[in-house]
Amino acid sequence: MLLLSGWNSIIKIIKLAYLTILILFSSQLMAADGKLIATPGVSQVEGSAGGGLVPWAQLAGYASQDEVAANVFCSQAKVDDFRLRSCGAQLNLYDRVEFSLAHQSFRVDALDTDIEQRIFGAKARLYGDLVYSSWPMVSLGMQYKHLDDNDVAKALNAKDSSGTDWYLAASKLHVGAVAGYNLFWNITARYTDANELGLLGFGGPGENKEVQWEGSAAIFLSRELAVGVEYRQKPDNLNLDEDDWADIFVAWTPNKDISITAAWLDLGSIAGSDDQHGLYLSLTGYF
Amino acid sequence: MIKRISSFIVMAALLFGCAHNQQQTLFEQLGGQDGLTNIVNGLIKQIGKDKQIFHYFADTRISRFRTHLVDHFCVITDGPCEYAGDTMTDIHTGMKITESDFNRLVDLLITAMELQNIPHPVQNQLLARLVPLRSQIIYI
Repeated sequence: MLLLSGWNSIIKIIKLAYLTILILFSSQLMAADGKLIATPGVSQVEGSAGGGLVPWAQLAGYASQDEVAANVFCSQAKVDDFRLRSCGAQLNLYDRVEFSLAHQSFRVDALDTDIEQRIFGAKARLYGDLVYSSWPMVSLGMQYKHLDDNDVAKALNAKDSSGTDWYLAASKLHVGAVAGYNLFWNITARYTDANELGLLGFGGPGENKEVQWEGSAAIFLSRELAVGVEYRQKPDNLNLDEDDWADIFVAWTPNKDISITAAWLDLGSIAGSDDQHGLYLSLTGYF
Repeated sequence: MIKRISSFIVMAALLFGCAHNQQQTLFEQLGGQDGLTNIVNGLIKQIGKDKQIFHYFADTRISRFRTHLVDHFCVITDGPCEYAGDTMTDIHTGMKITESDFNRLVDLLITAMELQNIPHPVQNQLLARLVPLRSQIIYI
């Protein structure tokens, strides 16, 4: 209980700091459109800039190295027996560092309950530019995750109710590479012990953190419209046959203010419920 | 995963591979000398209206800029021209062009190509040949 209130005050402080930064930089925020349209990507379910499932090397929003950007997002994934809602915000400082906050609410139909998780993310650009550098852009990121209530995680023998993922991501946009169409790809290596993103706790009987591989590829049919695929490897610390995740997505970026992503999800087995398929819808607003 | 991705790429390549004629040079696909001149004229018009980057061009001699830019595009798109202007680095040194301003020019060039009905894949091929030049243009 003490731990929980401690966490809540940390979240409050972060939110306050976030708002302060937003207000301080608000004049510059209006001008954060220094990147080419659609190149920042969208928001992934844990709040980082990425696709839907995978964090990418790009930092969130349209800030160039002289600008600051802030974004808000909300996403929903609805599969056969579960529903995940994730909403949050990101801050991009001079295209060097990204901070993100996300709140996830995971509806488990079988238990008639919602599992809530909060995630604080940070990402630093180590090298390159998605479009202009000859080698892929590379970023290092972390996601600190904390379950509000770990009853379900405990019942499934998870070790912890909070955990930190570390990831290294490489991304590249090849202009005109496929018969004149732009090709995007991303590879992410994530060091994690999170069960189903952490919603079912962290670790398990005798299980330690290990590296999981994630990847995305997309083709831009126009400046505004991209179609692509994602794949995310996942651990099986709870011996529940936790499956890797995959999706096929369409991302529409009509202008530098908004993006809308729709995806078809194949999430396999979740907590013993097999063949979880469904739709994903996500909206990001860029300031 | 690799199999899924590569089959996706192959499918996309098959879908779009027939969209245009591979025999033509990019110069020809852009409409030759006339096409490039129209694009550059459109770009000059866009720059003239642009609050963000017009100041870089305030002292530019338009006719000279037009000739050199058309020639430059012609050379990098495999056209039958010679570029007699200065190097990218020489032209832009001291201008302190930012990343954001460079991308703004790319946006305006895209608009100019759109107005000339240049197909999306052809636009990208011109952009792809401009990508390596950025490091000789910005923050110098």
